[in-house]
Amino acid sequence: MKIIISNQSELPIYAQIREQLKEQILNGQIPEGETLPSIRQLAKEIGVSVITTTRAYSELEAEGYIATMQGKGSVVLATDNSLLREQYLLRIEEGLSTAIKTARTMGMSEEELRHIFNNLLET
Amino acid sequence: MELLEVKNLSKQYKNFALQDISFTLPKGYIMGYVGANGSGKTTTLSLITGILKGSAGEVYIDGHSRGEDECSYKAKIGFVGDDCHFPDHFKIKHIRCALKDFYPTFSGEQFNNYIRSWKLPENKLIKDFSRGMKVMLMFASVFARETKLLVLDEATNGLDPVMRAEVLKLLQEYVMDGEKSVIFSTHILSDLEQIADYIYFIHGGRTVLYDAKDELIDSFLLVKGETAKIFPALKKELIGLDENAYGFEAILPSDKAELLGNDFLFEKPTIDQIVIHYIMSAGNQARTE
Repeated sequence: MKIIISNQSELPIYAQIREQLKEQILNGQIPEGETLPSIRQLAKEIGVSVITTTRAYSELEAEGYIATMQGKGSVVLATDNSLLREQYLLRIEEGLSTAIKTARTMGMSEEELRHIFNNLLET
Repeated sequence: MELLEVKNLSKQYKNFALQDISFTLPKGYIMGYVGANGSGKTTTLSLITGILKGSAGEVYIDGHSRGEDECSYKAKIGFVGDDCHFPDHFKIKHIRCALKDFYPTFSGEQFNNYIRSWKLPENKLIKDFSRGMKVMLMFASVFARETKLLVLDEATNGLDPVMRAEVLKLLQEYVMDGEKSVIFSTHILSDLEQIADYIYFIHGGRTVLYDAKDELIDSFLLVKGETAKIFPALKKELIGLDENAYGFEAILPSDKAELLGNDFLFEKPTIDQIVIHYIMSAGNQARTE
């Protein structure tokens, strides 16, 4: 498991932790059944506040990625692969939307945009 | 469970008054006590440690007030301040002896471990210690006994970045078992901001903001843009408007974000930026009054 916190990111720190753990759970880098470090352990390791890691874990729990059991810590639950697909789809849509928005801002035609897209696909 | 409870604390001086400070700090958490110079930070911390007596209000540590049993109240507190409180002509061995006599829970062995691992010189007089050595010596003296609450008053001032990072780790280790808490005062947050769970911000002896740090950062936006584009409804909501020749910077409560539209740049503020703009707005108000 790895977590890299960026101070330049627009995402709050708890969301960065949540997203990075989510991604690693979804792509199997953190396997089902694995116990995550405790909230306090993680806070100390990456140098963030306990409230921040608590929020990241409780949101992962609410979304069904982990379960926290008294005395046993937080355990990674089985994930549905369709979730992973959905996450990636969302990211693709976001990227394409940005491209379309930028193209419209500069007044580029749809045809021209498609041309760029096709060109990029071929490379 | 609350470790530190401060209730309606006030202290009256001739030229300054600390007014109605109230907060709680649960076990296992870290609070940053923030404000400009002269805002009342040290006064508050001195009232908590019992160096000063308040004009009104009460402080409870682990459920007990200072009045109940002063000795056990003070034994629960570890204090590290801006100044080194050890006599200049002492060496480490003298300090070890003195602490042993003062504090029943003091462990000479633990103290020695810290001295060794931080490479503090056994044979130098305290007056020849560097600022960093003095700070680490104070931490060693506090960590070598059993305390519940660590009170730090500008303790990391004058430390180099490497030592600051070391101190941050120490504080996080201190609260690790979820039983002990830390309150630190500072006027520069930067690296300390990262580990603080709660922020209490005072100005002129009064409370300005008090919340969990993440909530506080979420509830404001840092807004920048062209001064000419500010319209009255927005101007009313901007806090600490700072104009220069080419634009402005201010903070805005996040729930007013819909006012912004596309004309302004906005981003996540740091605690420092929130504090600076609040202090600016207090200054602006004082001038118009």
